Parts: sequence; C-alpha cells; structure tokens
Amino acid sequence: METIYALATARGRAGVAIIRISGPAAHAAGEAMAGELPRHGRGLRRLRDAQGDLLDEALVLTFDERRSFTGEAVVELHLHGSRAVISAVLDRLGDLPDLRPAEAGEFTRRALENGRLDLSQVEGLADLIDAETEAQRRQAMRTMSGALGQRAEVWKRDLLRAMALLEAVIDFADEDVPVDVTPEVEMLLDRSADAMRREMDGVAAAERIRDGFEVAIIGAPNMGKSTLLNHLAGRDAAIISDVPGTTRDVIEVRMDLRGLPVTLLDTAGLRESVDQVEAIGIGRARERAAAADIRLHLVSPEDFDTALAGPDDLVRVARSDLHDADPRGISGLTGQGVPDLLDELADRLEARSASAGVAIRERHRVALREGLAHIARCRELLPSGGIAHDLAAEELRLAVRALDSLVGRVDVEHILGEIFSSFCIGK
Amino acid sequence: MKHDHYDVIVVGGGHAGVEAAAIAARMGAKVALVTMKLSTIGAMSCNPAIGGLGKGHLVREVDALDGLMGRVADAAGIQFRLLNRRKGPAVQGPRLQADRVIFRDRMQAELRSVNDLDLVEGEVADLIEEGGRITGVILGEGQKLSAHSVILTTGTFLRGVLHFGGETRPGGRMGDNASTRLADRMDSFGLTMGRLKTGTPARLDGKTIDWERLESQPGDEDPVMLSFLNTAPEARQIACGITHTNAQAHDIIRENLSRSAMYSGNISGTGPRYCPSIEDKVVRFADKESHQVFLEPEGLTTDTVYPNGISTSLPVEVQNDFIRSMKGLKQVRIEQPGYAIEYDYVDPRALTRNLELRDVPGLYLAGQINGTTGYEEAAAQGCVAGRAAAAAALGFEAPEFSRSTSYIGVMVDDLITRGVTEPYRMFTSRAEFRLSLRADNADQRLTSQGREIGCVGDERWQAFSEKMERLEAGRIMLSQSKYPVSALIGVGANLNPERPAKTGLEALSLPEVDFSVLAELDPSLQEIDPRVGEQIKREAIYSAYLDRQERDAQTIAKDESRRLPHDLDYGTIPGLSSELRFKLERHRPASVGEAARIEGMTAAGLLLLINTSRRIAA
Repeated sequence: METIYALATARGRAGVAIIRISGPAAHAAGEAMAGELPRHGRGLRRLRDAQGDLLDEALVLTFDERRSFTGEAVVELHLHGSRAVISAVLDRLGDLPDLRPAEAGEFTRRALENGRLDLSQVEGLADLIDAETEAQRRQAMRTMSGALGQRAEVWKRDLLRAMALLEAVIDFADEDVPVDVTPEVEMLLDRSADAMRREMDGVAAAERIRDGFEVAIIGAPNMGKSTLLNHLAGRDAAIISDVPGTTRDVIEVRMDLRGLPVTLLDTAGLRESVDQVEAIGIGRARERAAAADIRLHLVSPEDFDTALAGPDDLVRVARSDLHDADPRGISGLTGQGVPDLLDELADRLEARSASAGVAIRERHRVALREGLAHIARCRELLPSGGIAHDLAAEELRLAVRALDSLVGRVDVEHILGEIFSSFCIGK
Repeated sequence: MKHDHYDVIVVGGGHAGVEAAAIAARMGAKVALVTMKLSTIGAMSCNPAIGGLGKGHLVREVDALDGLMGRVADAAGIQFRLLNRRKGPAVQGPRLQADRVIFRDRMQAELRSVNDLDLVEGEVADLIEEGGRITGVILGEGQKLSAHSVILTTGTFLRGVLHFGGETRPGGRMGDNASTRLADRMDSFGLTMGRLKTGTPARLDGKTIDWERLESQPGDEDPVMLSFLNTAPEARQIACGITHTNAQAHDIIRENLSRSAMYSGNISGTGPRYCPSIEDKVVRFADKESHQVFLEPEGLTTDTVYPNGISTSLPVEVQNDFIRSMKGLKQVRIEQPGYAIEYDYVDPRALTRNLELRDVPGLYLAGQINGTTGYEEAAAQGCVAGRAAAAAALGFEAPEFSRSTSYIGVMVDDLITRGVTEPYRMFTSRAEFRLSLRADNADQRLTSQGREIGCVGDERWQAFSEKMERLEAGRIMLSQSKYPVSALIGVGANLNPERPAKTGLEALSLPEVDFSVLAELDPSLQEIDPRVGEQIKREAIYSAYLDRQERDAQTIAKDESRRLPHDLDYGTIPGLSSELRFKLERHRPASVGEAARIEGMTAAGLLLLINTSRRIAA
C-alpha cells in the first residue's frame, strides 16, 4: 500500500500552505521531518531536511485511520505559504522511502474506496471545491453531507415495504397474510414516485446553480449591448465602437447575482448583413440567445412592446441616456436602470432555483427517471390482481436497483426482514 | 456385499443423504450410505408434505437431475395442490402431502435398486484423516471404511437435544440417538459452529377428531405432479381439515409461557421466523385472536394426524389443554407430544461451492448440518455434494450451480457467502432471476447438463429429448402463424386495432390469450400437444423480461469468471479498507461475483477486486 502526498492548498504565494500525507507510512514520514509527532493530534514542530537543516516551522496535525478524511493514517503539515518552503518540503518528502506524489483526486478516491464518502458525496465535494457563489456552496454542502443518499433511503424504504407486501402474498400465499395488499402498495408507490418526480424536476435548476444561468443581451446593432455588458462586468470585456457590427463572436462574462452564478452573453447585433463573418456571428447570437435562460432585449423607444417578449424575456429601452432617462430605459453609460434590472433578473433566477433539490447531476436524473418508469409500470400491473404480481415485483426490484445507483445496495434479507416483522408467518 | 474401498461414503439416510448417495451412484461412483438404522432411511421427521413455494422449485430441480425426491413423493402423494395457482407461473409451487409409509418404503426400494450403492447399518464414530484429507469413516464397532471422500448429512443429530417443556434429553429425533462422538470429531477441525432450533407439533389420533364439525380442504381437481416423468397420482386422494386457535387456547399458552422450553431460557439456539412455534405466534402477534391450523392426515393406513401450525415445546399437559380447546378437537387424543429440538450446525461460509469444507479436503456437508431447514433444501444439497464428490473421485470437475440458472445455485450461494442466522428456507423472493427460474422449466435448465456429467439416466433423457423436440416444433409453428389484431380483440385482448397482425408467440404473451384460446381461433394448432402449448404460453408471458434477466445473468457469469484465489493475501491489495479486508479474509470468495454479495461490500472495493483478479489472471 503506497503512501501519497500532495499540496492540498492552491499553488503560489499565500499565508498558509497545507501538505497532506496519507497512507501507512504517513506517520513515519512526519517523524522523519518533524521528530516526535504531537501526541494529541496537533502541535508546532520544526521541519528539517536530511542534513538536519531547518526547512520551516509548521503546525503538524495527525489523524488516525478512523478519523481521517481518506480513512488512512494522515499527517498534515501547515507551512508558511512560500513557494520556496513548499517546494523544499515536497522535495524532502519525495526522497523518503515508500512515498509518492498523489495523482489528481487520489485522496478523494481513497476516501471513496475506504467507504468514508459515497459516490454522491464525492460529487458534492467536487462541486464544493469548485463553488464560486453562495448558492453553489449551499447546494454542494447539501449533497456532500449525503442529503441525496438520505432522500433515496426514504424512497427506498417505501419501495421495500411495497416489495415486502407483494412478496408476502407471493411466498406466503398459504399463510395468514393480508389478502389484498394492493391499496397499501399503491399508496407507497405514489408517495415515493411523487417525491422522486419532484426531485427529478429540480435537477435542471440544480444543474443551473452548478453550471450557471445564462442571460443573453440581444438587439439590433449599436444598441449599447456591449456597453451595458462592460458596465455590468466592471471592466472592458467587449470592444465598443460606433461602427455597427463590432461585436461578432459571443462574449461571456461571469458574475455573482445574489449568490447565483450568472453568465452574461453579449451577442452580435441582429440585422441582415452582407459581411460573411458578421453573418456567422449573428447566427450564433440567435442560437445562444434561444438557449439562454433569460433574454434581455434592448430596443429603441418606438420598438418597445412587451407583448413581443416571451415569459423568459425582459425588454428595455436601449441607451436611455439619449432618451431623457426613459423610465423603461437602461444605460450602460450612466448606469440608469441597472439596479432595477439586476433585481428583476435575480428575482426571476431565484424563483427558478427554488425547485432545486439535492439531485444535481444528469446521472441522478437518469437514475430517477429509470426508477420512475419502473414504478409506473408496476402501478399498471397491480390492478390485474395476483396473476401479474410476479411481474409487478420484478418492476419494483428494478426500481430499487435504479435508486441503488444513487446510494448503497439492497438485500433480499431486508425484504424478508420487513415481511417477518409485519406478519405472522408460519402455519 | 461390501467393498473395502468406496469412491464416496455418505453418512446419514435422510433426504440429503439419499440424494447424495443416489446421484453419486448414478454417475458411476462406488458408494456406501451409512446410517444408524436402515429402517429409518427416507423418514419424514416433521410434516408429511413435500414441495411448496420455492421448495417445489428445488424438488423440480432435483428431479431434473434425475433425483429421487419428486418421483418418490408423487408415488406417496395423497393430496396435490399447486400453490399460487392464480398467480404467474414463475411463482407457482407444486406441493403434495405424502403418505409417510409409502414414501419411506418407496425410497428404500429405490435405493436398493441402485447399482454400486451399499447400504450399511452402523454409527459413524470417527473420520479417517490421511495426508490432510478425509479418506474414510470408522464405525462404532471399530470397522473402517475407506473412500475418496465422505459426505456428512447428519441433520439434527449433531449434539441434538429434545425439549418437552422443562424436560430435556439428548436425541436426534423422537426415538433416535444423537451423534455425540462425531460432534466431538467435528470440533477438532476448528470450524465455526452454531446452534439452531426447530420444533414440531404434537401428533393427533385422527379417530378422536370430530371431522364433521370442521371445514375441509380438498386437493386440486387437476393435480400437478412434482416429477417431470409423472402425469397422475398413484395413491388414493384425501382432504385435510381446517381448525383455528381461539382466545381460550391463547390464554392457556400465555399462562404457561414460563414452562415452554423456548421461553424458560433452556434453549439457546435461534429458531426460524417463518415457522414460529405457537408460543411465538401468541407473543409476537398478540393482537391476532386466532391462527389457522391444518389437520393433515399422515397417510392412508394410519390414523395419525399432523396439526400444521402449532409446533410447540410446552409441557405435555399444557399441549393437551390448548389443543383440546379448539373446535373439532374437544375429545382428541395426543399420540406423541410436540417438542423442540436444538442441534449444532456448521457455519456454511466454511464451504466451497461444492459444499466441501475448504479446510478439510475430502469432507462434504449437506442438509441441516449447514444450517438449512426442510426436506427439499436438504435433498438439493445432497445432489450438490454427491455430484461433486463423485466427479472428484472419477477425476473430473462438475460445473458449479449458478444463481442465474437454478434455485440450487441461489441456495448454495446464499449459504456460502452470507451464512445463516436462522434455519435457512427457500423462498421464491430469494431468486433475483425468478422469472426465468421457474418450476416448469427446471428440466430445460438442468437436464442436459446433468446428462453430460452422467447423472441423468436413459429413460429420463429420452423423455426429455422428446419433450424438447415437441416444444421446438411448437415454437416454430407459433412463430410462423399470424393472427390479425381484430381476431385477438375478439377473444378479449386489450390491443390497438391499428396494430399489425401478431405471431402466435406474440399473441401468447398477452395476458388474455391462453393456448387453448388460440387453438380455438386456429384449428391447425391442435397438432400441438396442449401441454406443450401451455409450456410455450408460460415462456411467452415472461418474454419481455427475459432479455434483461439474460443480460443480468451474463453480468453475474462475468463476475463469477473473475476468480479470486483461495490463498489471496488481501493485505497486499492497496486501498482495501481494513473492514472489507477482514470480511474478505473471513469469506474467502471464489470470485468477484461472490464477493459482491458479501454484506457491506462497496462498489469501490469491488473495483479493486476486479483489478486484482485481472492482474492475477494475466
């Protein structure tokens, strides 16, 4: 079993840098540099190289395998965050026997392999590390703390109970079991299916929270779209000029709107163009705008007509600085109307993200959809009475298996256990 | 005529022992069956019934391997019932009640007619161990019998103790001695042993039952046989009676609980949840005012009645009181009181897939000694051990039973990977491939393979081959015939009239279309034997699910082909948690597939094992 080490904090100059060592030789490696390790799991130590020269003074933390992130013995060295110190310590670790640098994600993989995290928790962790906004952080935290697993357990409990009822009338047909279990089975199936459907419907919103909402700014050329984008971005992200058709490619700017990640898209002005490159840009603008979550239309006062806009569209009079501060207007130059616009955008996006649950990935959605399809099929088979109970039970088994791909696995013993604790079996 | 050297010695003449001896002999091995009393071979110690849900599947599989149980039980059957008749064929279980005397006599006659099978009366006191292998047995009188391997099927006889209320005495079954000396020998192997209990109800004198006052349960009008070779019962058919426990009976039981062996703390073994004693039922399901009791006659030539549902270890006089409080039993005379029995079993996780002890080569275990309950479970294990021991002696390896092709495979796998916490009984819900592992197709799953290893005789092979030809011809005919949807709607099918015509096979997959319905629609189908047609209908019902089950079965087969050596050092697999390592070291799974079924196994752990297996194979 190899012991691995790596810098756990970002590269570069910082106040503190942390190097993590995990595996059976972790404590030996710590001792080789720091001498005796702190007895109570943390202490200040002087780290020395092979010649005994001082490398750094560091806070040394030790974890035994029951308490560490990876499920192995772990030592953490909290160093002063200088590039020179970091590279000297890493070099020293590389010289020690039985140690090698960790591959990307290897600490998390070991945590997974040692049963410290389940797959959805690992996904949550990855998202947490990538989180840029507050909504992303909250969502990732929920997933990482195993919320999806807990919900799946609740649905699975209902499905297992339903299976137990069906199996009881199958395997104990000649015993004292209830004759008609269908009403309870139907209730259980509907309850779990409703909850699963809600969760599934929330995946789209959750994905948006993770990957960001898109807001496209569209309109005719020279409507000040790029000026507005630059104003919102607080920098010159897009080139602006008086020449119509300056913006040709789609320009993206990431921003944090009340904790929600939003990507603003500046697009080529929409017009009939003879310029081939501009025409391609316009085609792209239409495509991206159609796929965006919200489209912000910038129009001239005479074209203003909210009826043109769909439910996911906003309309503003462009360049309000030229139109005596039109109350419907917005200006990237003066900032007029910008706070209102941001409020409205944020309100709309928040409403959408409210449906997000803890299922946050396409993989989760596929598993939920498959589970729901089997539950629906089981539901259809139930009214045919006993003749199709074996098929209905098979559909339930497949539904549970779909949920299992989100969490742990199911055991026939669980079903029998449920049967035996509920009915008097045995004549 | 006794040989001095055998290929296989079977110890015990119960349901596991007789099948083990018979299958080994059918394969051409020289076999001795040693039992304390030849006259008790084939005895049914508990209820006089064979088959049922899950159990019926096992009997059919034993029968498909040309085993004895199905044929002998059919001959002794005095009431046949197909359980779950109104449910899908995958969960139907053939069951019969047997005349104990006919069953025992037939079984003994069958064994005597087998070539190269010696029946030896005597107690096996010890095993011969040579060069790290078991090579024979020593009888009570000191006589030695040597063999290539030995199969122990000692049932409840290992340190068996009978409990009648507060009274206890050693014994393997009412009227028989326990095997204590053999138990001491088993201790020397350092196996993990456990203790289980089971119970049996009192036996009643049928002449003293007021049958007139009782509801009666007749057998099926068209009885379904256990054996593929039989079509109709031989013995006269009878009905059973039904009575119920009542508040008075429950009061009597409750007041005397402290005198029940099970509740006074005299019994340490774990009993089965699915076959609770009446004491258990009264305590655990206190709100239930009444429990059903089936009064099952034990045979045509005896008056003894088996009251199914009231196994007990209460003192004899309490049994008398509560039984007499029930309807129809006011005047009943108890012939033999009910009792509980406690016995040793070996943790089956010490066994290979062939039911050979991993650490004691040459010694196989089958039946209750492995923690199972039931005649059928025992018989099926007898087949597994007998088949493997004969193959080993004859110098070849029989293919293993898999979860995806037989209930036998499910049982063996459950036993050796999970062990037992209560007496193990088969249920259809244990088989994840239930839709393809049906009682009706056990022969199609197992008979060819049985023929290849030599355990299927000519008579059965001929009957099977003819059946297969008829099935194939029927399938071809039905796949070529076409029926317009309007005609199928006419016979009740729920279809969209716009759809194209369906083949006969497709039509049969509809719930409303039975073979007889189709044959009326198309008289040319009357060429097909109705029984063949019905079998094709059973296959068609599940056709939509079989593809998926097939894919799953392939996954299992793949996982099982990923072998893990018995002596694998799990400590050298990087990344394996110490908890999993401990479990793997304990189970020593033979394949990744087996490892996957160990409780608490993680996906990540499996991934490591797959890599390890790949590395070793390379």
